[in-house]
Amino acid sequence: MTVHTRHGDASDGALAQAVGGRLSRVDGPAKITGAAKYAVEQQLEGLAYAALVESTIASGKVRVIDTTQAEAAPGVLQVLTPDTIISLRSASDWFGTPPPDKPYCPLARDITFSGQHVAAVVAETFEQAVAAAALVKVSYDETPSIVDLSDAKAGDGIPVDAMTKEWGDAPAAFASAPVRICAAYNTPREYQAPMEPHGLIARWEGDHLTVWEPSQWLDGMARTYAEWFGLPFENVRLVSPYIGGGFGSKALALSHGAIAASAAKMLGRPVKLVMTRPQTFTGYGGRAATRQTVTIGAGHDGVIQSIVHRGVNETSIDGMWVEPLGSVTSIMYATPNFSSKQNVVRVNSVVPGAMRAPGENPSAFGIESAIDELAYQVGIDPLEIRLRNYAEQDPHARKAWSTRQLREAFAAGAERFGWARRTPEPRSMRDGNQLIGWGVAAGTYPVRRAYGEAIVRILADGSVEVESSSIDMGQGTYTILAQTAAETVGVPADDVVVKLGDSRFPRAGVTGGSRLAGVMTGAVHKAATSALDQLIGLAISDPRSPFHTLQANTLVVSNGRIGSPRGDGPEVSIAELLKSVGRDHIEATGDTMPANSTAEDRYKNYTTIAMALPHTEGNYSRHSWCAHFIEVRVDEDFGTVRVSRVVSALDSGRLYNPKLAESQWKGGIIMGIGQALLEEGVMDRRHGRIVNDNLADYLVPTNADIPDIEVISVGIPDLHSSALGGKGVGELAIVGVAPAIANAVFHATGKRVRDLPITLEKLI
Amino acid sequence: MRDFSYLRATSADAARQAAALPGAMLLAGGTTLIDLAKCGVAAPDTLVDITHLKGLDKIEVNERGATIGALARMSHVADHAGIKSRFPAVSEALWQAASAQLRNMATIGGNLMQRTRCPYFRDPSNFPACNKREPGSGCSAIGGVTRGHAVLGASDACIAMYPGDLAVALVAFDATVHLGERKLLVDDFFLRPGATPDREHAIEPGEMITAVEIPGSAAARRSTYLKIRDRQSYEFAAASAAVGIEFEADGRTIRDLRVALGGVATKPWRARAVEDALKGKVLEPDAVRAASRLAVEGAVDHGANHYKIELAPRVVARAILKLGETV
Ligand SMILES: Cc1cc2nc3c(=O)[nH]c(=O)nc-3n(C[C@H](O)[C@H](O)[C@H](O)COP(=O)(O)OP(=O)(O)OC[C@H]3O[C@@H](n4cnc5c(N)ncnc54)[C@H](O)[C@@H]3O)c2cc1C
Ligand code: SF4
Repeated sequence: MTVHTRHGDASDGALAQAVGGRLSRVDGPAKITGAAKYAVEQQLEGLAYAALVESTIASGKVRVIDTTQAEAAPGVLQVLTPDTIISLRSASDWFGTPPPDKPYCPLARDITFSGQHVAAVVAETFEQAVAAAALVKVSYDETPSIVDLSDAKAGDGIPVDAMTKEWGDAPAAFASAPVRICAAYNTPREYQAPMEPHGLIARWEGDHLTVWEPSQWLDGMARTYAEWFGLPFENVRLVSPYIGGGFGSKALALSHGAIAASAAKMLGRPVKLVMTRPQTFTGYGGRAATRQTVTIGAGHDGVIQSIVHRGVNETSIDGMWVEPLGSVTSIMYATPNFSSKQNVVRVNSVVPGAMRAPGENPSAFGIESAIDELAYQVGIDPLEIRLRNYAEQDPHARKAWSTRQLREAFAAGAERFGWARRTPEPRSMRDGNQLIGWGVAAGTYPVRRAYGEAIVRILADGSVEVESSSIDMGQGTYTILAQTAAETVGVPADDVVVKLGDSRFPRAGVTGGSRLAGVMTGAVHKAATSALDQLIGLAISDPRSPFHTLQANTLVVSNGRIGSPRGDGPEVSIAELLKSVGRDHIEATGDTMPANSTAEDRYKNYTTIAMALPHTEGNYSRHSWCAHFIEVRVDEDFGTVRVSRVVSALDSGRLYNPKLAESQWKGGIIMGIGQALLEEGVMDRRHGRIVNDNLADYLVPTNADIPDIEVISVGIPDLHSSALGGKGVGELAIVGVAPAIANAVFHATGKRVRDLPITLEKLI
Repeated sequence: MRDFSYLRATSADAARQAAALPGAMLLAGGTTLIDLAKCGVAAPDTLVDITHLKGLDKIEVNERGATIGALARMSHVADHAGIKSRFPAVSEALWQAASAQLRNMATIGGNLMQRTRCPYFRDPSNFPACNKREPGSGCSAIGGVTRGHAVLGASDACIAMYPGDLAVALVAFDATVHLGERKLLVDDFFLRPGATPDREHAIEPGEMITAVEIPGSAAARRSTYLKIRDRQSYEFAAASAAVGIEFEADGRTIRDLRVALGGVATKPWRARAVEDALKGKVLEPDAVRAASRLAVEGAVDHGANHYKIELAPRVVARAILKLGETV
C-alpha cells in the first residue's frame, strides 16, 4: 500500500472521521489563522518580564555579581542572584527517585558549563529586562574545562552497567571469525531547535501556582514545580494548549522555569520568561555527542558470528544522561555472540537531553553503517546481507516479536526504489559531475507503553467532549482522539471537541517515546465506550425515553442518531434523547490502569516514567520497524551531498490516521537528513562554548534540501502493543536515515564517512 | 533600556545630514542592522529610515549598462528582465542569497554594507575581543572556530570573511558605487582589514549609497554566479565565483574573462591572475583547471578553513567551463 500525501483530495470525508481515516488536523485552521494561542501568549494583568544572565565561562566559580547598574536601570523590578533568589527544595527525577534533602538553587555559583544561568532580571517590559540583564556584571574564577569526548582530560568515563548486554563469547568468536570489521562512529551534539522557544508565564494566587508553558508532560512538570516549592501536587496547574515543537526537549521542568516561578512568587506578580534562540542551545540539553566502536566478525557468506560494541556518550559534570547506544545493535541482527558496553563521560556541558529517538538514533548510525561495511568486505549486496542476518526473534530478550514487518519493509521499499538496478561498485553510477549513490539502512524504535485517563462527555446538543491532560505538539493528538471518540460513540468527528493541555484534566504520562497515541486512544476508547453504554442504558431504561416501550436489549448510535440495530422503530438524535430523559449531559472517565490501582499508583504513573511497561514485558518483544532507501548525488569536485530520492517503508502497526502518521514519518526523515548532512554544535575548544547557537549558523534542512519523500506503510495491527493495534510512529522514521545516507555516500564516492555530519570538506 | 530615536528622512540630503551625526545610522531593509542591534553589536542612537525616499529604487538597464538604485530590493533586482538577460551573474548572485523573505526586505545599498558573519563578532557578551568591533581588543577567531573564515586578504588583526554574494558579481564586472556625486569602483569601496578591520567600506560619515552602476559588456552578458555550500539554500557561500566570458569570433578563444570569488576572502575578491592566464587562450578544461588554481595564490588557512583553498579553484573552473559549454 502506498500512502502518498495528496493535496486537495476528498479524504476528509465521512470515512476519514473514523479511526484509521485520513482526517486533516483539527487544530490546523486555528494554527494557520493565528487563532491558536500558545502558552506564553496569554495576556495577563500586571505581567512582568524576566531575562536571564548566563555564564560566559565553562568551568569555575562566580566570584562577584555586580547588580548595581542593573538595579538602577529603568523599569527594573528585581535582580535575582544565587544570594537573593528564594530557596527551593530539590525535586525528584523523572523516575520518581526521592530527591536529596538539600536546597535547590536554579542560579549557579559553581559553573559547570558556558551558558549556565547565573542571574536574572525582572522588569516592567521585555526590552527593559533585556537591557538591564546586559548590565549585570559577573566576574569568575575560571578553572580548566573538559571540552568534549576528545578532550585529553575526559578519560574513559564511567561504566554504565545497566547498559551491558552480553551473550555467547563475543571477543573469542570475533577473534576466530574469517571476516572482521572494526570501525568507530561519531555523532556530534545536535539540538532539537523547535520553532517555538522554551519559556513560561508563572502566576501565583496564594499558595496556588499556575504555569503556562509549552510542555510534553503536564503532570510530570507539575510534580516538579510542586516539589520545588513544597506545594501539594494539586496546587500546581500547568497549561499548554499548543506546543510549537518539542522533539524531546519540553518534557521536563527546567531551571529557567524555577527562576521565573521564583521571581513571580517574590514579586507577587505574574512573570514571563522566554528564552532567546541562543539560550535554547545552552539552557538545556540537546542530543549528547556519542562515539561507538562496532566490530563484527562474520563468515565469508556474510553471516554474523559476533558483534562487539562499545559506546560512550557525553554527560554533564553533575548531571547524568545515558544515551543507550546498544539499543539497536542488540536487536537488529541475529548473532550467537554479542557484547555491548557503555560509558558516560563527564564534560563541561549542560546535561544532554532527549531528542527524537534518543539511543536508537545514534545506535543505528553505528550498526547500520557497520553492516554496510561488512557487505562490501564480503561482496554481498547491502540489502541481501541484512536479510541473511534477519533476526527471527528478539536476539537479546529471546522472545518472539509481537510483529516485525521489516522483511516486508525491505521488500516494499526495494521494489518501489528500484534497488535491483543498483550497480554495487562505489563510483559506478554518475550523471555528469554528480556521483550517484544508493544506500539502505533499517531503523527501529521500541513500543513504550504507559497509562492515561480521559473524560468523555456527551453534551445536551449531542456533541461530544473529550478532556485529557495529554498534549498535542503537532503530532495530531487532538485529531486522533476526536476520531477515536467519534467512532466509539457514533458521532461525526466534527461534533467532537477535544480539550488538551491543562493539568486539571484527567491525567496522562509523558508525550515521549512515541507512546501517547497508543495510550490515549486506549483511554478515550474506554471512556467513550462507557459513556455510550450509559447513553444506551438510559435510552432503554428511562421511562421518558422513546425506546422504553421497545424492551430492546441494545441500541445503536450512528452519525449522532440513536435507533435499533435493525432500523425498525423510532430514531432520534442524541440531543433529542437527552432532552426527553431530562439530562444535560452524560459523563464517563476511562483509564488504562490496572484495575486495582491505588491513588499512589496513579500519581506515580502519571508523574514519573518508573511505571512504564517494558517493551519486552510478557511473551513478546514490541518494536516499530523501518527500512530507508536513499539516493544521494555528490558533486565530485565540491563534495556537496544532496539527497535526491527517499523511499521508506515503515511498520508502525495500525495507523490511527495515515495522513498524520505519514507527516510524522516524513518529519523524522527530514530531521534525519539534517542530522546526516548539516547539524552539529560547533565548539570553541578554548571557551568550551558552542558558537553556532542560532538558526543561521546551526543548519537544519530547508525545503530545497528535501526531495520527494515516499513513505509506505507495511504495518499490521499489533494488539500486543496497544489497545487499538498501533505501534510508535513519531520517533521511528529518523532512526536509520543517517546511516542510509552515509552508506549512499560511500556508494557514490568510495569514501566512508563515520563522523556526522557529512559536510563537504569531508569529501573533497 | 536603550532608547533610540527614529527619524524618517524626507530627502536624500536630510538623510545624509542626519546620518552624519555621531550615533546615527541609516536604516534600509533592516535585515542586517536590526539583527546586529539584537546581537548587541550595533547600538545606534538614531535610526534614519531612508526607505521612503523617492526615486532611489529604480532599476535602469540599457546597452551601456545598468544603474540600480540603492533602495531597490534584492528580489526585484534578481527578477528584473534586463538584469537577467544582460547580467545573469548579478541576478543569480541575488537569488541565491539569504531567503525569499530577506530578499523581499533587503536593499542593494544595505546589501553592500552587510557585515561579516564571524560568530565572535556577533557575540560581544561571550567574546569581548574583536578588533572589528572594538579596535585593539584582539581577535577571538584566530585559534578558534575558523571554518567560515577568510583564506585570502586577511591580516593579523582580523580574518573575517566577507559573506555577501552580490558584491562579488559587481567586482567582477567593474561596477561603481555612487555615493551621491562621488563614485568609486566597488572593488575600491571594500577595504582589506589590515590594521583597521573596523573600517570595512570607503564611505565617510554623511555619505549615502545612492546607486550601483554596472557597465555593460559581452562578458557580463555571458556570465554566471556559482555558489557552493552545504545547505542548498539559505546559507552563505563556502566558496563562490562570479565569472563572465567573451570569446573571439572563433567561439573558442577567450577575449575577455572576469573572475571574482566569494566566501573565501575578506572582501569580494577579483582573481585577475586567473583572467590574465586565460585571456587569449583557447578554452580547454585542463588549462582552465590549472589557471583556476591561481585564484587562491597567496592563500593562508587557519586549519578548519583549509578546504576553501581546495574548493575555490574548483568552483572557478566549473563556472568557466559551464559558460564555455553554452558556446
Ligand atoms: C540569516 C541571513 C542570511 C543571509 N544570507 C545572505 C546571503 O546568503 N548572501 C548575501 O549576500 N547576503 C545575505 N544576507 C545579508 C542580507 O543580504 C543583508 O542583510 C541585506 O542585504 C541588507 O540590506 P538591508 O536593506 O536590510 O540593510 P539594513 O540592515 O537596513 O542596513 C545595513 C547597513 O547598511 C547601512 N545602509 C543601508 N542603506 C544604506 C545606504 N543607502 N547607504 C549607506 N549605508 C546604508 C545601514 O546603516 C546598516 O549599517 C543574509 C542575512 C541574514 C539575516
Ligand atoms: S576575525 Fe575579525 S570579526 Fe572575527 S573576531 Fe577576529 S577581529 Fe573580530
